[in-house]
Amino acid sequence: MVDLSVNLSGLELDNPIIPASGTFGYGREFAEFFDIGILGSFSFKGTTANARFGNPTPRIAETPSGMLNAVGLQNPGVDEVIKTELPNIKKIFGKPVIANVGGFSVEEYVTCCEKLDKCDNVGIIEVNISCPNVHNGGMSFGTTTEGAAAVTKAVKAVTKKPVYMKLSPNVTDITEIAKACEAEGADGISLINTLLGMRIDLKKRAPIIKNVTGGLSGPAIFPVALQMVYRVYKAVSIPLIGMGGVSTAEDVIEMMMAGATAVQVGAANLKNPLASKEIIDNLPEVCEKLNIQSLKDIIGGAH
Amino acid sequence: MKKSVFELKSSRLIAEDVYEIVLEGDCSDITAPGQFVNIELDGLYLRRPISVCDVNGNLLTLIYKVVGSGTKQMSKAKVGDKFDVLTGLGNGYNIDVKTEKPVLAGGGVGTPPLYMLAKKLIAKGVIPYIALGFADKKSVFYVEEFEKLGCKVSVATVDGSFGTKGFVTDCIKNDFADADYVFTCGPEPMLKALYDLDIPDGQFSFEERMGCGFGACMGCFCETKYGSKRICKDGPVLSKEEIIW
Repeated sequence: MVDLSVNLSGLELDNPIIPASGTFGYGREFAEFFDIGILGSFSFKGTTANARFGNPTPRIAETPSGMLNAVGLQNPGVDEVIKTELPNIKKIFGKPVIANVGGFSVEEYVTCCEKLDKCDNVGIIEVNISCPNVHNGGMSFGTTTEGAAAVTKAVKAVTKKPVYMKLSPNVTDITEIAKACEAEGADGISLINTLLGMRIDLKKRAPIIKNVTGGLSGPAIFPVALQMVYRVYKAVSIPLIGMGGVSTAEDVIEMMMAGATAVQVGAANLKNPLASKEIIDNLPEVCEKLNIQSLKDIIGGAH
Repeated sequence: MKKSVFELKSSRLIAEDVYEIVLEGDCSDITAPGQFVNIELDGLYLRRPISVCDVNGNLLTLIYKVVGSGTKQMSKAKVGDKFDVLTGLGNGYNIDVKTEKPVLAGGGVGTPPLYMLAKKLIAKGVIPYIALGFADKKSVFYVEEFEKLGCKVSVATVDGSFGTKGFVTDCIKNDFADADYVFTCGPEPMLKALYDLDIPDGQFSFEERMGCGFGACMGCFCETKYGSKRICKDGPVLSKEEIIW
């Protein structure tokens, strides 16, 4: 019997598999395909202080081994999320969830975190300082050590829940940003958000995505994500949630060996609504083949 | 919604670059005309959404036009090939509406979902008018199939090489002026032209670039009078009164 459980800042997860924010909505659509109660947890759609309509369409483009999206943090706002979505989540998912928070100012992050701090089915707050798809959409906070530190410090002051800062790969040195978050008391780091990219429609001679650029996700970015998790693991001593192109149980183990305590599955859920379930189903067999008795033992094992 | 494996039973070219394929598999989640399926293809990251043309037991008929790498790959599939398919996607047309003389207006490859819709309406005792618009004679398909159902069919082509020279709106003005309801699927300029016709009510099927096709990614959406809706999940069919134009 392989032990798949992991512990994220005191939150005991049955397994390390967490569908990533923006690829899982509030869980409802996936609950039509499988019992989402098997998940370690899930990170729900990025939430801002006020409702956001998001970017104009088209918002999606295909790429080799991946996709671009420029949804633009469309969400009903934190109050509506707390009033409607969190109780709905409770009905279909009995475990604590990860609340993903976006913002355009330090104050907005604080407002969201303050409100979500009071929600009992929120286990961790994941602070997105890395959305590439909205102007000033947090990425400006995530691309400087000062910005990352300021947001971390401000949100830590208003919540007792573990705070994970979600970092952008679109920076010169992600380890510096991670260290700045750790110094201000971040409980963990989520990485990576999408990589900035674009596609052009040859017939229209114009960008496919109306927003011009979008965030690249899918297997194409897995090696990029892996090296960043590996380097950040060396640079900080707080736990990491690794993500970026994870599609198989083997990818999960690779990500954990690089240093991740838990692993988020993103674009794979959109291609295959059963992706997270299939990964969880496959993990025990893959672990047995690799002589892994407990997943906890392999975290950072490649170092 | 369901994810399952379908097997290709037949494939035939029915117009220029337009294929009709029949797939065998579990169709139990397809509950309304106007819904679509999302097909996984080797080497392509995103699935390809294709509207349902017809369902007979466990046989699923789809019609698509080769426009890019995904549909090109599909056109090369052989009988017996397997496809991973998500079924039961989208709301589909609501046929429980008040209408005695509905017109079903299709533009190009927007035509297929109207076939299952016509069958469902006929089963209810309502025989719809069919107005179809195509670019030219080489692109025309399914006229006989609709006629076999007992429907009056009027066709327009942009270049006049088949039927009336003009658009589906001309078919309606010329032949179906007494239509009291419109069900439609096709390119957006056509939908807008139909919206502007003097037909009091209707249902319009929209198209948008999709990520997942089942309501999770928020990739496809549009603003309606009742708030923002996901084309893939809350649509693709919107009622006339909720559309903002």
